[in-house]
Amino acid sequence: MRELEYPFDGELILKKSKKLKRALLEGRADFLEKRIAVLGGSTTHDIVRMLELFLLNQGIRPVFYESEYAQYWQDVMFDNQELVSFAPDLIFIHTSNRNITAYPSMQDQEPQMDALLTEQYEHFHVMWEKIAEKYHCPVIQNNFEYPFYRLLGNQEAVCLQGRICFINRLNERFYQYAREHEDFYIHDINYLSAAYGLDRWSEPLYWHMYKYAMCMQAVPLFSHNLANIIKAVFGKNKKGLSLDLDNTLWGGVVGDDGPENLEIGQETPMGQVYAEFQNYVKAQKDIGVLLTVNSKNEEENALAGLNHPDGVLKPEDFVIIKANWEPKSKNLAETAAELAILPDSLVFVDDNPAEREIVRAQVPGASCPEIGTPEQYIRVLDRSGFFEVTSLSEDDRKRSEMYRANAERKKQEEAFGNYREYLLSLDMQGTIRPFEAMVMARIAQLTNKSNQFNLTTRRYTQGEIEAFAADERYITRYGRLADKFGDNGVVSVVIGRMGSMGDKTAYRQMERVTGDTGSDVLHLELWLMSCRVLKRDMEYAMMDSVVEACRECGIGTILGYYYPTAKNGMVKEFYRMMGFEKQEETDTGVSVWRFVIPDEYEHQNTVIAVQE
Amino acid sequence: MSREEVFEKLNEVFRDVFDDEEITVTDVTTADDIEEWDSLEHINLLAAVEQEFGMKFNMGQVVSMKNVGEMADIILAQIG
Repeated sequence: MRELEYPFDGELILKKSKKLKRALLEGRADFLEKRIAVLGGSTTHDIVRMLELFLLNQGIRPVFYESEYAQYWQDVMFDNQELVSFAPDLIFIHTSNRNITAYPSMQDQEPQMDALLTEQYEHFHVMWEKIAEKYHCPVIQNNFEYPFYRLLGNQEAVCLQGRICFINRLNERFYQYAREHEDFYIHDINYLSAAYGLDRWSEPLYWHMYKYAMCMQAVPLFSHNLANIIKAVFGKNKKGLSLDLDNTLWGGVVGDDGPENLEIGQETPMGQVYAEFQNYVKAQKDIGVLLTVNSKNEEENALAGLNHPDGVLKPEDFVIIKANWEPKSKNLAETAAELAILPDSLVFVDDNPAEREIVRAQVPGASCPEIGTPEQYIRVLDRSGFFEVTSLSEDDRKRSEMYRANAERKKQEEAFGNYREYLLSLDMQGTIRPFEAMVMARIAQLTNKSNQFNLTTRRYTQGEIEAFAADERYITRYGRLADKFGDNGVVSVVIGRMGSMGDKTAYRQMERVTGDTGSDVLHLELWLMSCRVLKRDMEYAMMDSVVEACRECGIGTILGYYYPTAKNGMVKEFYRMMGFEKQEETDTGVSVWRFVIPDEYEHQNTVIAVQE
Repeated sequence: MSREEVFEKLNEVFRDVFDDEEITVTDVTTADDIEEWDSLEHINLLAAVEQEFGMKFNMGQVVSMKNVGEMADIILAQIG
């Protein structure tokens, strides 16, 4: 929704929130429901009200728990039963410098100040540890913003007695904890308050009148920034940029002005602005963002522009370059298809409002930010948080490489007459193993972001993934795939529950339908695969491994389930391909499939060399 | 701006904030007259009024304001 996209009019959103909420709820049906506990050290009412809008706009429908006023610590430490039974999917701790209970005094010596720092830190630390032990869910914690006055003036940040110094040191302890703990995220209100303007942010009226840690007008910005972390945690980040060229990546029109006359580089102020923007875009690549070109140009001219000696971005920085005279919406859809991602995971960056409008209308869900004038491009893209980083994984840094390798494979595929020959030529090496510590984070990430090749679309937190791994009633498998062009990393996940247990799951009804309630059944609660390894026979290798695991446990029957969503149509008949028989299909399209393991099971994968 | 014009704009703000097109405020309207007007919505209402008229209430005014009539008086005094 336009009103909620950065740069937005916060005051309008505050005023019209009820109307906006209604429109968001009417606008779509396929929301991902998440239970979010907001534990406040100050008032949270309007933060929650705004957060709901920004999450709905991301396709997440939140159910909230709000602690009583300033009870964040007590709720956790004394097991508030309401919070326990709420069973949050995510906990947000909204504290601010108003929750710091003691600062150094001017008489304190260094050891005393260190002790005080530890005391303030431990107050939070014990709470985080309790949450980790009790709730196994992602945690988002505010850092501290600066106070609105400085007793020591400019020495406030220098002297250990200064509050700014104390807050910097305390924040650093928070960051240290965040670096060492997965699923723990800092919400950087220190940066946000600076960007907003600390004087306005910390307007004391809002604290003394309403016990708000910031002014009302800053709440939309705050909640937007927070929603960005939440949607990233739940796998709703965008994946790539679809970039226009003329007057977006450089000044001028390359086809008319000629590459030599483009404004790019250090010669002119405008050229510098575009060079800085190109630098920013290029750096996105290193955090795993896919760069693509979507330009109305002759391809030859586009490449000439990208080869400009003063340009920072070069043709090889892009995984796909579409420079033609087709509608940009068509180019965008094709780009998505070629990368095996959904069109709504691309961000369309174009200086021309008319082009943005067309893409907005033709490609539902694609983001088309109002990027403003060239000197504003970076800020708008940056604050929008399309690619909010939660952790920098090896995979993220290598993503561009992987997609480029895919393009290479495609070329090679065309050179082979026989598909199996082609697959063999790839020299594929698979590793298929039960879940293990090294890959838990990646597995959780996959369950949250795989939409297309995903049979049940169940989303799990890392805590849940770890619990499956430790539970004997579950058979878990993850698969990695490498080939001569590169390593694709972890690409497939299967979770199966043994059928003898009477635990309450969504599948109980299905068990009754098929009559399989004995101890020799495996229910496939999740089967997903990353689309970047489609048609590589990895699914057969996974099947082989699951069958082997079943045999070791004396399981003779496997039941598969398909739950239709707006996005997973491609796997509707997946289990049939795997050799299952359909048992049942409901009016809503849910289907149940059965595979009886034969005495002599022949491995279905014959092209990937699999290691256990 | 006349007092009538202030009330006209206030009506719009109240309707937006409480999402109710039926609301018409007068000098003697108070929080008791509008069901959803509780202490939490009050903050949002004041922020919306400030934005509409391009002015700010100070803390003393927020604390002492008794009804919409007094709110209008403060607005008129500030925007002249």
